[in-house]
Amino acid sequence: MAIDILMPALSPTMEEGTLSKWLKSEGDTVQPGDIIAEIETDKANMEVEAVDEGILAKILIPEGTEAVKVNAVIAVLAEEGENADEVQPSANGTAAEQDKPDPSQQISALEEADQGASSAQAAPNGSLLESEAAPVLLDPEIPAGTSFTETTVRDALRDAMAEEMRRDERVFVMGEEVAEYQGAYKVTRELLQEFGAARVVDTPITEHGFAGLGVGAAFGGLIPVIEFMTFNFAMQAIDHIINSAAKTLYMSGGQMGAPIVFRGPNGAASRVGAQHSQDYAAWYGNVPGLKVVAPYDAADAKALLKSAIRDPNPVVFLEHELLYGTSFDVPDLEDFTLPIGKAAVKRVGTDVTLVGYSRMVGFALEAAEKLAQEGICAEVIDLRSIRPLDMATIITSVKKTSRLVTCEEGWRHMGVGGEICAGVTEHAFDYLDAPPMRVTQKDVPLPYAGNLEALSLPNTDDIIMTARAVCEGK
Amino acid sequence: MPENIKDKGVSCVHLTAARFKVYTGRRVVGEEEIDLKPLALFVPEPEFRPGDMPDFSGLELPKAGETRRPPTDAKAEDIRDLAYTIIRVMRRDGEALGPWGDLLDHDEALRGLKNMMTVRAYDARMQMAQRQGKTSFYIQCLGEEAIACAFQHALEKGDMNFPTYRQQGLLISAGYPILDMMNQVYSNAKDPLRGRQLPIMYSSKEHGFFSISGNLATQFVQAVGWAMASAIKGDTRIAAGWIGDGSTAESDFHSALVFASTYRAPVVLNIVNNQWAISTFQGIARGGAATFAARGHGFGIPALRVDGNDYLAVYAVSKWAIERARKGLGPTLIEHVTYRAGAHSTSDDPSAYRPKSESEEWPLGDPIERLKTYLIKVGAWSEERHVQTKAEIEAEIMALQKQAEKSGTLHTGDGPSPKEMFEDVFKDTPLHLRRQRQASGV
Repeated sequence: MAIDILMPALSPTMEEGTLSKWLKSEGDTVQPGDIIAEIETDKANMEVEAVDEGILAKILIPEGTEAVKVNAVIAVLAEEGENADEVQPSANGTAAEQDKPDPSQQISALEEADQGASSAQAAPNGSLLESEAAPVLLDPEIPAGTSFTETTVRDALRDAMAEEMRRDERVFVMGEEVAEYQGAYKVTRELLQEFGAARVVDTPITEHGFAGLGVGAAFGGLIPVIEFMTFNFAMQAIDHIINSAAKTLYMSGGQMGAPIVFRGPNGAASRVGAQHSQDYAAWYGNVPGLKVVAPYDAADAKALLKSAIRDPNPVVFLEHELLYGTSFDVPDLEDFTLPIGKAAVKRVGTDVTLVGYSRMVGFALEAAEKLAQEGICAEVIDLRSIRPLDMATIITSVKKTSRLVTCEEGWRHMGVGGEICAGVTEHAFDYLDAPPMRVTQKDVPLPYAGNLEALSLPNTDDIIMTARAVCEGK
Repeated sequence: MPENIKDKGVSCVHLTAARFKVYTGRRVVGEEEIDLKPLALFVPEPEFRPGDMPDFSGLELPKAGETRRPPTDAKAEDIRDLAYTIIRVMRRDGEALGPWGDLLDHDEALRGLKNMMTVRAYDARMQMAQRQGKTSFYIQCLGEEAIACAFQHALEKGDMNFPTYRQQGLLISAGYPILDMMNQVYSNAKDPLRGRQLPIMYSSKEHGFFSISGNLATQFVQAVGWAMASAIKGDTRIAAGWIGDGSTAESDFHSALVFASTYRAPVVLNIVNNQWAISTFQGIARGGAATFAARGHGFGIPALRVDGNDYLAVYAVSKWAIERARKGLGPTLIEHVTYRAGAHSTSDDPSAYRPKSESEEWPLGDPIERLKTYLIKVGAWSEERHVQTKAEIEAEIMALQKQAEKSGTLHTGDGPSPKEMFEDVFKDTPLHLRRQRQASGV
């Protein structure tokens, strides 16, 4: 019987690729291990090897085809004795459907973000919340008639760095694989070509070394953007980030600070195990002197990274590997930045406030959609910034909904959710109709196996169940 | 001084300085007026990039057999030359020469050959399994098989390796079941690490193989700590640390050398210089001034630089260093010079940063071919037996693969037990984790 040859995946996060070349033609005999085609993704090129023996009966995807989905049938192999002209691809070998956000929802999310900005004007007075976000911050207006371009988070981050590097010669990017390789996740694509080796710097494998080098360069008047291949590796550099970058302005009596951005993917990816999957938002959020940003969509990622580069303080910029390939609308505005420390109301609701950051915002929005079908109208807040933490927007929302669920990918103990719950009980205790609840990861190091990973990480269903629980008896 | 790759680079890199206040031009210093020239940054470059024709004819390789073999109690300062040469035993025609050359009898050398062939066959199957979607990730050690296999060959049971991710040969040579390795790669119901660790990050205390760390270089200083503990306890076991050329830039590498030197720890510190840290060539971590082996000199640690594709040489050098450690004479730093013939991992494509033919042009040859040529030359092996053995090993690996796949692969089977996910977070499972497990319905 005929054998389907499927579009292979290079990594668990790969969704599609370009079929660049066929090395065998229809009618050719192939042996296991023969290279039959070459494919290309945004990460790398690879060769497709034949697994089985047979005759290449039909090529279904011609060479040069872009965006071929993983597991799509690209050719059919006839086994010995089969007539190569008669074989058909099997029915079940259809292309894997890719989950793409519905563009209409994105537009409404942006409109609601605007509403979020205006609702912040009615925030409680500063005396309640003097420690954080005391001045009322507002997102800048996006002028009517502005066009939008669908952009991946990956490209939005790249564009932000390129724009800031064009604008200010002091800005440079440094890290492992950022130059020649164009970034381990291709976030620094084409920066080397545009800005050269003095401003896009490949380092040896020493996170502690290049983080310290960056802090020194920041003291010396440059503006480093330090890329960590993952924030898990920044653990080896955390002394420079906390003891030097965060504290020197204070310790030097205000003479010398470190305007520096530490950026890279944070949190879980897909099957990379305990040492590559931790969410560090709570860790860095604990430190005075550091700003900590964790955007969800591409427009925020771009605008906030630009703000982070311009910020005179050290900024820890937490990205998410599983969002890099996701596309969102980004406004076509020259030099669009957002204030760091301002949350966004992504969906307006009345019954329960769901607060999340980074990838959890997507799950909270999905949960809100499903909760709406059972009559629970949830408001969704994207924190965007962990420090400063925009308690004003959260409290305004809780005063309206009287119920709170925090959503974070990290562990519960000493987490971001705990901080938010404490702030809300402190400032809006009388408004609460139920104890606030937290959705978090299970209290175990993240396992590698797919089934265990899924069980361990928080998801949309966890948020729905927790929201139902706080709304019980309503 | 022979260098692996000539030092090439771009000097005179600087910003156009429009925004900076810089101090250049004529200045008075004391009674003199001098012209201060702008400083320039040097950025090293590999000799060959894609599109270039790699040519290693300028590389000076010492002849096999010509390097001296000092006694194991030699002082670091008396053997400095051995960090700047390459210790080699086998000539291209298979002749084994010199004082490092006669340590393994033919049967033992044959055992080494079979172990290397097993590693290569295993890698090839697992690499293909990744392409077929049966695992998410794989790292092969193509071209580097001799280093781990020969080193393990020289160790004793009970000694402890702190490896990095291209030393599967240590496990296979130590007799760790390949079926268990496959079950872990597939993360299936029989995964010995119960679904918790990445596919190639094996761990077996019994086989002297510490759990590999994804955060590079941390194991290097831990190896020194383990060795010091062995000494404090009055044990006889020694440790071996492993690191790649790129990761020697990590602080842990330097800390390891400080402690190993100060306390004369019974440890062998191995640097596998395979020329490439993903896309970054070894010169970025080394600089042009010295070899990686010579890093030991600043710490007074004897350092040897060995042809990593020469099984007999790796065995002899390892034996020397292990004996030193076992006699309480302190640490040895070994630089194994080799070439990463394959991609860094299944997520990498080297054609973007190095010429495709560089691997074939690499002058140290293939470790399996070289040992085979030697064994044929001495009459202990033949081309026919080699072909037959290769087929047998491949068939055995394929049979094991089929057996492993019965317990599941990345996307098939039940996977590891969800119930066990909550165990081993702490030595005794606390109440809140038991509650989380119950609430998860597992």
